[in-house]
Amino acid sequence: MTTPPATSAIHCHRLIKRYNDTLALDEFELEITRGQILGLLGPSGCGKTSALRVIAGFEDPDSGSVTIGATTVVSESVNLPPERRRVGMVFQDYALFPHMTVARNVGYGLVDRDTTARVVEVLDVVGLSDLGDRMPHELSGGEQQRVALARALAPRPEVVLLDEPFSNLDATLRDRMRRDVRRILKEAGATAVFVTHDQEEALAIADVVAVMRSGRVIQVGSPHQLYRRPADPWVAGFIGESEFIAGIAGVGSVETELGVFPQVSNLRGEVRVMIRPEWIHPIAAADGPARVVEQEFYGHDQLLVLEFDDGRRLQSRIGASPSFASGDRVEVGVDEVVVFPA
Amino acid sequence: MTVVLEEGPGPDPAVDYLDRPPPRARRGRRAPRWLWLAAWLVLVPVAVPMAFLVADVLESSSAAWNVLFSTRTLELIVRSLLFTAAVTAAAAMIGVSAAWITFRIELWGRRVWTVLVMLPLVIPSYVIALTLISFFGGRGLFAELTGTGLPSISGFWGAWLALTLSTYPYVFLITRTALRRVDPAYEEAARGLGASSWRALRTVVLPQLRPSIAAGSLLVALYTLSDFGAVSLMRFDSFTRVIYAQYQGRLDRTTAAVLSVVLVVIALMVLWAEQRSRGRAAYFSRRPTRPMRRIRVSRRARLGAYAFLGGVVAVGLVLPLTTLLIWWLRGVARGDVIDMRWGAVLGSLSGSSAAALIAIAAAIPVVVLTVRYRSRPSVALDRSVYVVFSLPHITVALAVVLFGAQYLGPLYQSFLVLVIVYAILFLAQATGSGGAALLQVNPHLEDAARALGRGPMRTLREITVPLIWRGLLAGGALVFLTTMKELPATLLLRPTGFDTLAVRIWSTANELFYARAAAPALLLIAVSAVPTYLILSRLRDPSA
Repeated sequence: MTTPPATSAIHCHRLIKRYNDTLALDEFELEITRGQILGLLGPSGCGKTSALRVIAGFEDPDSGSVTIGATTVVSESVNLPPERRRVGMVFQDYALFPHMTVARNVGYGLVDRDTTARVVEVLDVVGLSDLGDRMPHELSGGEQQRVALARALAPRPEVVLLDEPFSNLDATLRDRMRRDVRRILKEAGATAVFVTHDQEEALAIADVVAVMRSGRVIQVGSPHQLYRRPADPWVAGFIGESEFIAGIAGVGSVETELGVFPQVSNLRGEVRVMIRPEWIHPIAAADGPARVVEQEFYGHDQLLVLEFDDGRRLQSRIGASPSFASGDRVEVGVDEVVVFPA
Repeated sequence: MTVVLEEGPGPDPAVDYLDRPPPRARRGRRAPRWLWLAAWLVLVPVAVPMAFLVADVLESSSAAWNVLFSTRTLELIVRSLLFTAAVTAAAAMIGVSAAWITFRIELWGRRVWTVLVMLPLVIPSYVIALTLISFFGGRGLFAELTGTGLPSISGFWGAWLALTLSTYPYVFLITRTALRRVDPAYEEAARGLGASSWRALRTVVLPQLRPSIAAGSLLVALYTLSDFGAVSLMRFDSFTRVIYAQYQGRLDRTTAAVLSVVLVVIALMVLWAEQRSRGRAAYFSRRPTRPMRRIRVSRRARLGAYAFLGGVVAVGLVLPLTTLLIWWLRGVARGDVIDMRWGAVLGSLSGSSAAALIAIAAAIPVVVLTVRYRSRPSVALDRSVYVVFSLPHITVALAVVLFGAQYLGPLYQSFLVLVIVYAILFLAQATGSGGAALLQVNPHLEDAARALGRGPMRTLREITVPLIWRGLLAGGALVFLTTMKELPATLLLRPTGFDTLAVRIWSTANELFYARAAAPALLLIAVSAVPTYLILSRLRDPSA
């Protein structure tokens, strides 16, 4: 077992978890720095919720270890029960105790004498100071979510784990709750892991995103890094829209039919070149190689489909102001590219 | 499907909660050991004496084999099986016909008929037997009123009639539930392909009902094998009556023990077959897209239907109730006012409440294990609880008596042992109701409590139990009411001087004091009506 650095809040090492025939965690490896918000992102069934439940202690891994702060909570020789792991958990369905008031829910995890003061304090942090006497069923979805978060934060856990925290909220409320939850976690100085299948959500609130597929973490990085330097075409496609063209890579640059672009990989020869639609700029030109064949206008931006004379198509996302008509011929400019093996 | 039996096995609607697809069970952590320990301990009061009984029989070698292979025993087996087959066939015919008539034919007062046909369910079998004897029998009402004696009603056919009347409602209920699940589209498809209405019924509808009819019939068979009250009042020597007589009359209990083991083996085989056909019945069930169309039949056929339903209700419901009322009024007229032994009322109430409380406590670990930690052993635990529920009570009671006489010393035939046996016999009703409640509780609530620092024990106390409390109480109420009607285990295990309504009814009827049995019997029917009402309201549906 490797010893995690002192700033590490959670360290998962080679976790394996099998359910009958399916491998939910396949040598799952993850490290979270204290004070960070980490988004664990992956398609449904990739094992992200299993990872969370193994960290919290609701599932036993078949092998591997988890260290929270300085304590190894599960390994070959230890297996602490959930109640001794100092994790706060926010469930997808909030799981507020229906037979207790909001205040009793929030105070449930507190053992010291000063319970009431802490409950007031935490309810204040989540902005629900007046609702302590309510029963959970008397709250709106957003309020229940805040109570769940307050309850998890109240005992000052080492880490807070959130399982698909926004999936039960409607779209408008969801945007507001994302900002609020991020602010509350940051104000509390908490380390948090939240699981999501929504890349937009992960990019919007996480400091660091870990992308999972088939029980493994494929790439960890800041939202910027993930978007601009995805590790493979699958991550590129999962994180955002992507277009692919062929290219020949040389030292420091890659040659494509749209031009020559700088590249930092050590790939040489034939490669796949990925371009985000918003990195593609059509410029009106009567003798351009492509023409505009479809356009969708969204208000804040617009999507154009460009067709080359050999029939290949590329999508371009541009600002709302330039106006093209179907059939207009264009030159195609490209900001930057990412290079993958062919 | 659920039915509460007065003194036997049976599908309890609540007992069936695990037939529904379980939600995502907790897969990861193992259940704490103390939970397992508690759950298995619960079965000890029945399992250990039963094991002792079997071991005892196997050990006592030659004497036991002599009993087993004697002509009398073989005769007993054949007689009991014939009897069971006769009751089952009659109950199945009445139950299926009544179900089909009330479900498919345009009748006046169809809903009322449906309820009336089901109502004999609230009358314990020994009360039906009592009313038949006290009406048709030698010193009965009929002889008095008409001055003519009927051929006395007793023995094989008397017991057959009493048990048929008290068991056909089970077939009726199960078949009717199954009928509701038959999609009319099948029948319409058959008709569209040119089949006559009769051929469509025979070739398309009935085959889909067959597993349910089989399950209902096997349930009746199990009930009939286990019944003690009706056969003993009718003086018909089936297994249970012979076992009781052997137990009463002899110092050597080998015969009673051997016969008990044989009866248990037969009952287990029936139970196994019943479970299998229930599984198959589930295979057919689906929610029909449209309700079934009722059939308009000819005037003659309709009159025939009324006559059939009317006859069943007259003999199964009206006759027992009026007979009891007449006997009771006569007692009142004679100045007995309410001839009630208050000791028996007190005994019934105290025994049943104690049994209910113990069953609630014992149900908690079983329910948590079977719902939250679903695994092979926990399914086995759940099945065991159901098997115990289905065992003939007289065999369990005999096992406890034999075991107790040898090992329990002063506890032998004490109130405590009696109520513990009640509680474990009817535990399936408490776990059924509690389990259904726990299935409604989001498992994340317990996870949340754990993450907030509570151990498994405190989580159970502070979260799980408060949330399933109502379900547990409802299950406890079922145990209470079922215990009120229990007869054979009470007869064998009651401490000296302890009396219950059921025992009172049975013994006064045995001594032909019909008027004295009337008041306790009416009270018992009133009490049984409560769980039956609950069941019916649970079964209520718009197409009924």
